[in-house]
Amino acid sequence: MRRFIPHLVLALGAFVMLMPFYWMALTSIRSPAEIFDISLWPVPKEFTGVQNYTQAATTVPMARFMLNGVIVCTGILLVQVLTAVPAAYALAKLRFPGRRLLMILVIAALCVPMQALALPLFVGLAKAGLLNTYFAQMAPFFLSVFAIFLFHQSFRSYPDEIIEAARMDGFSEMEICWGLVLRGSFPSLAAFSVFSVVAHWNDLYWPMIVVNDTALAPPPLGMLFFSDVETGANYGALMAGAAMITAPMVVCFLLARRHFVAGITMTGVK
Amino acid sequence: MTAAVMTMPRGRPLRRTALKGLGFAAPAILLLLAIYIVPILVLAGFSVTDYQLGALNWDFVGLKNFADAFSDPVFMRALANTALYAVIVIPAGVFLALGVALLVHGRTRSRAFWETAYFLPVTATLVAMATVWQFLLHPSLGPVNAAITALGFDPVSFLGNPALLIPTMALIGIWQVLGFNMVLFLAGLTAIPKDLHEAARIDGAKHPIDRFLTVTWPMLGPTTMFVVVTTSISAFKVFETVAVLTKGRAGSETLLYALYLEGFEYSNTGYAAALTLIFLGIVLILSIGQTLRMERKIHY
Repeated sequence: MRRFIPHLVLALGAFVMLMPFYWMALTSIRSPAEIFDISLWPVPKEFTGVQNYTQAATTVPMARFMLNGVIVCTGILLVQVLTAVPAAYALAKLRFPGRRLLMILVIAALCVPMQALALPLFVGLAKAGLLNTYFAQMAPFFLSVFAIFLFHQSFRSYPDEIIEAARMDGFSEMEICWGLVLRGSFPSLAAFSVFSVVAHWNDLYWPMIVVNDTALAPPPLGMLFFSDVETGANYGALMAGAAMITAPMVVCFLLARRHFVAGITMTGVK
Repeated sequence: MTAAVMTMPRGRPLRRTALKGLGFAAPAILLLLAIYIVPILVLAGFSVTDYQLGALNWDFVGLKNFADAFSDPVFMRALANTALYAVIVIPAGVFLALGVALLVHGRTRSRAFWETAYFLPVTATLVAMATVWQFLLHPSLGPVNAAITALGFDPVSFLGNPALLIPTMALIGIWQVLGFNMVLFLAGLTAIPKDLHEAARIDGAKHPIDRFLTVTWPMLGPTTMFVVVTTSISAFKVFETVAVLTKGRAGSETLLYALYLEGFEYSNTGYAAALTLIFLGIVLILSIGQTLRMERKIHY
């Protein structure tokens, strides 16, 4: 009996944790007439999943939100890697004046949350006439000091002898940085990519500030628009919308659980 | 190695690596200036003016914005709400996660399953899940209140009663942060050497609770510190649930939501800059210890 107590407690907790997902999926295939039905039975009396999902996808441009999310996340990740990898390589393996100062600035910047920079960045983008663009959505995240910190920690352990030998063989510094050293840090790159994509796919604060054009909204902002349009009218469609927006990250998580856990929590495991 | 460096003709090769280093770091340095350093200076500048976005002229007002903030009932309410939110989320989010981690850590075959179940809310888009919670907690349509009435209690108006708005959002906050903290604790638990528990058992710590208090809890110290810090920082940044569930109605603004309204809805740039600096101050106080620890790691 005692052996089962941990399982029982964990199962009760997991029931609460997973209930919202189950209820979302269940309601998204139920008809409006069944909205008062609070039974957990998974088979609806009348299957209206197709109508609900169609309504969610046509009331607001759901596919467009997804596409915007993909564009913004890809753009951010690309620039983050392109700028952070050389900087981390320089900090870890090259001597240059101001190196210590740069390291201190990177560490200091790690403490500054994005929300503290939002106001001046918003004013700057507004003055430049760049609000409601993909650029405005991505720009504040082009530099990830977290990526610099992480890659620096990982590049530092790359053996200097190999870098020296590669230089002797005529490899350029670029080839050494991208071809040799980064390749040795593949797990860090994978973990950081997951971290970055999850963070920006789910972010609401910054898009809410710089975007009010529905056609440019990323998924969370799109969800907010949708729930404002749909308030109280049709819970089935609302839940279908929520399911579509949550699905990409949830599916990726279930497929690559290890990378996800590593990526999202690596801040603490170092 | 050092001898080689000493005898190497100084000048060109060193200067070349210096240039290369600067060249490699240049994009990051420029972005650091554009995204962090200049905006913070501009923010500090705004905070001592009465600038409003779009206004043609503005005046230097000294520290008036800060003085106003502490006599502004809306901002003080937002501060109190955020503190209440943090006071609920931090202990519950940390200790429930520790409990779950201890239970999950003991499992062998089912561990991956429990980890997945508890971690799922961390990856899910909070805006969408807050909408789902709104429905779950609905006074007449939601299953939560159906369960409460089935047990013979009166239905609870989670999102109608103003006094329950912040606690309700805190519950959602706990639901979201639990899996994250659990994984951090699991990593900490895995790092504790097995022999320590064995040694404690031999020394007379017969009961698991004794062994937890003499071995596990002290060994988890740094992890617990880290979890408390990250949980408090994320509690002070609560925004999504407010934006979806209440939009600040019935006095339920939080720090970041009040800041959002002042800066981006009402365009009170100068005043919002002062609020932002107060927010930044709170976050920095919470993260200073952790940052110093990280800094030490870099140097050794």
